[in-house]
Amino acid sequence: MSVYKIHLTGVGGQGTIKTSTIIGEAAIKRGLNVVMSEVHGMAQRGGVVTTDLKIGDAHSPLIENGDADLVIGFEPAETLRSLPKVSEKTFVITNSARIVPFTVGLGLSEYPPVEQIISELEAKVKHLFVINAEELANKAGNIMSLNMVLLGAATAIPRFPIGKDEIIQSIKENLPPKTIEVNLKAFELGFKEVSG
Amino acid sequence: MDVFKILEAKENSKLFLLGNEAAVRGALESGVSVVSTYPGTPSSEIGNVFSKIAKAAHVYFEFSANEKVAVEVSAAAAASGLRSFAFMKHVGLNVAADSFMSIAYLGVNAGMVILTADDPSMYSSQNEQDNRIYARLANVPLIEPSSPQEVKEFMKYAFDISEQFHLPVLFRTTTRVSHMRGVVETGELVPPKERGFFKKEPNKYVPVPQNSRRMHKELIEKMNKLALLVNESPLNKVFDFGDEIGVIASGGAFNYVMDVVKEYNLPVKILKLGFSHPFPEKLVLDFLSKVQKVVIVEEVEPVMEKEVLAIVGKYGLNNKIYGKLSGTMPRIYEYTPDIVKNSLFKVLDKEIEAKEVLKPESAIPSRPPVLCPGCPHRATYYAVKDAIKELGLKDVIFPSDIGCYTLGIQKPYETADFLLSMGASIGTACGFAHATNQKVVAFIGDSTFFHAGLSALANAVHNKAKAVIVIMDNRTTAMTGRQPSLSEPVNGIGEEAPELSISDIAKAFGVKFVETVDPYNLHKTKEVFKRALRYDGLAVVITKHPCALITDAEKRKRNFWITFRINQDKCTRCMVCITDFACPSFFVAEDGSVHIDPLICDGCGVCTQVCPYNAIEVRK
Repeated sequence: MSVYKIHLTGVGGQGTIKTSTIIGEAAIKRGLNVVMSEVHGMAQRGGVVTTDLKIGDAHSPLIENGDADLVIGFEPAETLRSLPKVSEKTFVITNSARIVPFTVGLGLSEYPPVEQIISELEAKVKHLFVINAEELANKAGNIMSLNMVLLGAATAIPRFPIGKDEIIQSIKENLPPKTIEVNLKAFELGFKEVSG
Repeated sequence: MDVFKILEAKENSKLFLLGNEAAVRGALESGVSVVSTYPGTPSSEIGNVFSKIAKAAHVYFEFSANEKVAVEVSAAAAASGLRSFAFMKHVGLNVAADSFMSIAYLGVNAGMVILTADDPSMYSSQNEQDNRIYARLANVPLIEPSSPQEVKEFMKYAFDISEQFHLPVLFRTTTRVSHMRGVVETGELVPPKERGFFKKEPNKYVPVPQNSRRMHKELIEKMNKLALLVNESPLNKVFDFGDEIGVIASGGAFNYVMDVVKEYNLPVKILKLGFSHPFPEKLVLDFLSKVQKVVIVEEVEPVMEKEVLAIVGKYGLNNKIYGKLSGTMPRIYEYTPDIVKNSLFKVLDKEIEAKEVLKPESAIPSRPPVLCPGCPHRATYYAVKDAIKELGLKDVIFPSDIGCYTLGIQKPYETADFLLSMGASIGTACGFAHATNQKVVAFIGDSTFFHAGLSALANAVHNKAKAVIVIMDNRTTAMTGRQPSLSEPVNGIGEEAPELSISDIAKAFGVKFVETVDPYNLHKTKEVFKRALRYDGLAVVITKHPCALITDAEKRKRNFWITFRINQDKCTRCMVCITDFACPSFFVAEDGSVHIDPLICDGCGVCTQVCPYNAIEVRK
C-alpha cells in the first residue's frame, strides 16, 4: 500500500503524543509498518506539540508541506499553524475549543476570534471537520478525554488505514484501566461526529 | 507504553519503540551489566527507562554527577570485564572528553559503548556540534543507526566489535533517531554478568608517558585492523535503484534519501554507512567506480564528504562529489525530505515542480515554552527583580545556566544575560565580578550545581569574586524529565541515598554569606536577596522548593487540589499579575477583566502575594 501520513498538532498536555502512540500500536496490530516523530524536551511545556505518523513503507518520520493525508488539530490556532501540511487531498479534523497562551495576556501576540480561524480553514481546506472536542469530552465525563474524541473522529475518516476494533484495542492497552470507560465513550462521540 | 515491556517482551515480539527505548533493549540483548549517564535531551529517555527497569534486569544503573563521571564508571566496569554502557547528549561528551580520550588509549576488557545523542537544528541544546568528529579525535570506531530497529541491532554489533578489538565504540544518534518511534522486533535477552574482576596491569591501564606512547601505537594498530573489517561490515550496505548517480548517506539523513528515491523512482545507487569510522575506503572506492556523480547526505558537518574527497584525491579519480562543500546540501541544521529531494533533483538535472504551500493569514499566537504554573523559579525571579528595584540597582548582570530557569531569558523576567554551558554561570560570574563594577547575580539549578558548579564555586571563594550565586534547588533535574539530583535523598533506581546539603557545601568551601529560603515566601525571599545584594563579598542564596511537577503529582495522588480566582469587585486591572508575575494560568478576557484559568492554575498561591489589592482568593 502507499504511505498514509497523519500530522497531529496541539498544545503540551493535550495528549497528542499519547494519541499518536495509540494509532501507531494499532497499525502494528494490523501488520503495517509505522514510523513516528515526537517532540521532547524544552519545547513541551505549554508549547506546540506536533507529531508525524507515517503508516506503510516509509523510512523517515517527517511529513512535508502539502503531504499529509490527515491532519488532527487539537486546538484551532494550532490547526491553522499546520495549514502548510494541507493540500487538496488532506482531511482535516479540528477541535474548536481554544487554549489562549500567556503571550496574549502580555500583549506579545494576539489570538483571533475562533470564528475567524474556522472560516479561514473552511475557505482553504476541502475536507474539513470542526468538532467541539472539549464539549464532547465533558459530555463523556472528563475533559481529559478530549484526545479520544478526536481519535474517534479520525477513525471514521474515509481511507483511514486502521480498523475501529484495532484502535479500541490499542486504547485499552495504552490508557489507565479506570479511565477506559470514559475514554471509549469519548471515542464513540467523536466517531459519530464524522460518520454521522 | 509500559516501559517494562522493553524488558519483558519475549523474543520476536514487535514493539513500537522510541530510538532511545530501542537502545535500552539493545543493551539488554547485549548482556550489559553497568549503565551510567547524566540526563540530557535527546538522550534522556534511555536513562528514564533504565531507572525503572534496572533492578528487575539485574543491571547496575546510576545517574552520575556528570557525563565525565558517567564514562569513568562505565570504563572501570569494562576494565573489570563487565559490559558497560554510558550515554549522554552531544555536549555531554565535551564534559566527558578528557576521560573519553584516555579510554581509547587504555582500551577495554569487555564491550563498552558510549552513545552520543546529537541534536541537529538544536531542539533542546546550545549548539549542534557533530560528535562524529570525536570518533576521529579519539580514534575509536563509530556506529550510526538510522531507525529504532537499527539502534537495537547495531548496539549488539557495537558491543561485539568493542569486545573483539578492546576499544570503546562511539554510537551516534540524532534527535530524529532518538525521538523517532518505529517497529522493533525483539531478540533474545542476554543475562548480565553480576560481578567483574579487575586484573592489575598498570602498564595497560596507567597512561604515564612511557605507556601512552605504546598505547597510541596499539590504538592505531587496532584501528588499522578495523579499517579492513569495516569494508565487509553488514552495517554498510548498497541499495540499488539505478546507476545515474550515487548517494552516500548515514544516520537519520539516510531515511530521507530512501523515501525520496522510492517516491520519485529516482535512478540512484545508495551506499548506507552504519559503521562509518574507520571510513570504509575499499567499499567507497568500489562504489565510486560504479557511479561518477556522488551526493553525500549527512547531518551536520561535511565529515564523510571530506573522507570521500580524500579518497578521490588519493587515487586521482574523476568522480564529482556533491555535498555541503560544493554548496549542494545545506551547511547547517537537520535535513528534511524536501531538502534531500531538491538536492537530488538538482544533481539529476530534474525539474523541481514548484509546490503551492497553503499559508495561514490570520494572526497565530506564539507559544514559547514557559515556566509552569507553580514553578518556584518564577517566584525566585520575581523576588530578585523586586529586591533589585527596591535597592535601585542598575545594570545587574545575570549569568545563567542550563535548566528550566534558562527560560528566565523571556519577558517579563529577563534574568538570563550570559550562558555558556553546564556550571558556567558561576565561572562567568567570577569573570564579570573582576571585569566590571556591575552587580552580578548568577542562577544555577541544584543538579547543574553538582554537575559542574562545585569547582567554579571553589574558584569564586578562593579568587575572591564578589557576586550573588543563586542555587535554585527544586529537588530534581527538572528540564530533562525529573531525574533525581544529588541533592535528593533518592538515587537513580529509587532507593534511599544520602542527600547532599548545598548549604553545608557552600559553608565548607568558606562562603560566609549562605542563606536558604523558600521562594514561595516572596517577602522573605526578597529580604534575603536585598541583604545578599548589599553584602560586600560572595553570597550564596539557596532558593529551595520542589519543582511544581513534583508537588502537582503529590496533590493529584492525595486528590487535594485548590485553585485560585480573582475577585472582580476588588481587582483594579492594574495588571501586575500579568505583566510582572506572568503565570500562564492568568488571562485577560475580551472585556479587559483578568481571570485565572482553573484548568491551568496549580494552586501555589504565590500570586496572592503579588496582587496589591488582595483580589486573588481561593476558588470555592
